[in-house]
Amino acid sequence: MFSSLNIRIGFFLAKRQIRRSNKWTTVLIIFVMFFTFINLVVVSGILVGLLQGAIDAVRSHYTSDVIISTLSNKTYIENSPEIINIVKSLPQVEGMSARYLEGGTLEANYKTRISEKEKANTAAASITGIDPVAENNVTNISKFIVEGEYLTPFDYDQVLLGAYLDKKYLPIESPGFSTLENVAPGVKIRIKVAGVEREVTIKGIIKAKVDEVSMRVFMVDSQLRSIIGRNDYNVDEISIKLKSGVDPAVVRDILKRNGVDRVAKVQTYTDAQPKFIKDMIDTFSLLGNMLSSIGLVVASITIFIVIFINAITRRKFIGILKGIGIDEKAIELSYIFQSFFYALCGSIVGIVILYAFLQPAIAAHPIDFPFSDGILVAPISGTMFRVGLLMVTTIIAGFIPARLIVRKNTLDSILGRN
Amino acid sequence: MIRVKNLKKSFKDGEKTTEVLKGMDLVVQNGEFVAIMGRSGAGKSTFLYQISLLDEPTSGEIFIDEKDTHSMSVTEKTYFRLSQLGYIFQDYALLPEMTALENVALPLLMQNMPEKKAYEKAKEHLTKVGLGNRLDNLSSQLSGGEQQRVSIARAIAHDPKILFADEPTANLDNESSQVIMNILKELHAEGQTIIMITHENEFSKFAERIIHLDDGKIVGEERP
Repeated sequence: MFSSLNIRIGFFLAKRQIRRSNKWTTVLIIFVMFFTFINLVVVSGILVGLLQGAIDAVRSHYTSDVIISTLSNKTYIENSPEIINIVKSLPQVEGMSARYLEGGTLEANYKTRISEKEKANTAAASITGIDPVAENNVTNISKFIVEGEYLTPFDYDQVLLGAYLDKKYLPIESPGFSTLENVAPGVKIRIKVAGVEREVTIKGIIKAKVDEVSMRVFMVDSQLRSIIGRNDYNVDEISIKLKSGVDPAVVRDILKRNGVDRVAKVQTYTDAQPKFIKDMIDTFSLLGNMLSSIGLVVASITIFIVIFINAITRRKFIGILKGIGIDEKAIELSYIFQSFFYALCGSIVGIVILYAFLQPAIAAHPIDFPFSDGILVAPISGTMFRVGLLMVTTIIAGFIPARLIVRKNTLDSILGRN
Repeated sequence: MIRVKNLKKSFKDGEKTTEVLKGMDLVVQNGEFVAIMGRSGAGKSTFLYQISLLDEPTSGEIFIDEKDTHSMSVTEKTYFRLSQLGYIFQDYALLPEMTALENVALPLLMQNMPEKKAYEKAKEHLTKVGLGNRLDNLSSQLSGGEQQRVSIARAIAHDPKILFADEPTANLDNESSQVIMNILKELHAEGQTIIMITHENEFSKFAERIIHLDDGKIVGEERP
């Protein structure tokens, strides 16, 4: 069918047609192919990146690479000091942060409330005791302070308030969910945890696109320990930051081999992802592919029209080619090569712009979505698959109109008869 | 040798059928130069298209070197045209995106000739028609006469058995027409079989036999 001779002649014809075609038309077609490629890769890449941004944020600012947490039937991690010593002894570990967690309530208007009948402005929160320095080394949460200052190890009766506990930052009225009003750094609030009430001063408001940061109240670990009477130093969470290049699964397995999993959950950041996040990634990916396929159809139609118009305006020359004995298949191949050329150029321009500019730019300046800092996820394998898809679609879209014109009667084509 | 027997061609337009060729018989010997003449609508071009295998007759037989062309498939006819026949069209029919050299080399390349040899042969034939200095020019950069000379070079580059020329001087001035006719004369002198359509008496005299057509039939022939 497509013999090597036909391929050679097809290439010969295509090369000359492209070389001598209108440069602006060629640029325009390549431009369309470029945008199709971008549409194919970027739409799904942004949709997946929107979630990937959230996942990355949880990893960077909460779980870190490996997280050890309380078993579901326990109130804390037993033998925490021993576990902490094991973690510290691992050469792969760069840093770790141990946290105490206790559910509690916050009250803001207790000083201004005139009567007992007036409703207390309260909010439920997870009170988190941290070593401010260790925590910041692992999760770098100090950069999320939007008002006031970050904690120091010597802060007494001072807390960081998660922004989503402040009505100013989360102005929603929802049954069963309440936030504090008129709070700011310097304002005193009352916390009630493990039956103990204490008045503390808000030192800062912290706001990140990670609920485990923005919906918690942070205080220095020694103080929370004294409030809840946790004198055995058993903690509730240990986030472990690994050295660059270390596979979290390796450290998880080491910890499990040391028996840590008998008293706590040991998970990598991916293990700790809720299943719905994984389902959402698949859903968004599917959605992205559906949207991209529309782009693919548009590209096919564009190429179809371009090649059809090209072939129909060159019908006389196609007739002459057939008349002087050029094989129909060689002529069809010339159009396939032209379609391939447009798709290839569009894809190459797209790949260069994607990986040299777009992806690094979005990584440096993530898209500010309400619940995540969206990045552009475009793995090379996926991109190459889409390039292949674009090529195949374009080749088919180029072949069909070429075939329609080439199969017409030779003499009718030469004479321009219908 | 080309032998045509009871050749008929008719066109259908809805219910109406127009018979353009009404049973023609002709024999052209190898090495002959035949001119076909007739008034407009006589069927000259239609006759040429049938015997040059560019079109399919309604009925009748065409033998080229005793090979029955009716039994050939479309692909066989295409290859036959490529290897055995040469065409000179009234409007030159050059491919605008190709240089003179490429236009001539293309049918040679299609015959699987190595690229270097094809270009050498194309150059040789363009030089023969006096265009050795216009090899890299596009058709748009050539005059009408030069374009027709490229067309002749393309038609003869593969040494065809029969050269068909459809009013090759119709679009040219007298001077260019003379050049073209002299080239055809030279080719004939070298033994090339030529079948040419013309409506100019002056140029029909270059042929050794003139066939007169009228109303789809051969009405006479003469030897100038």
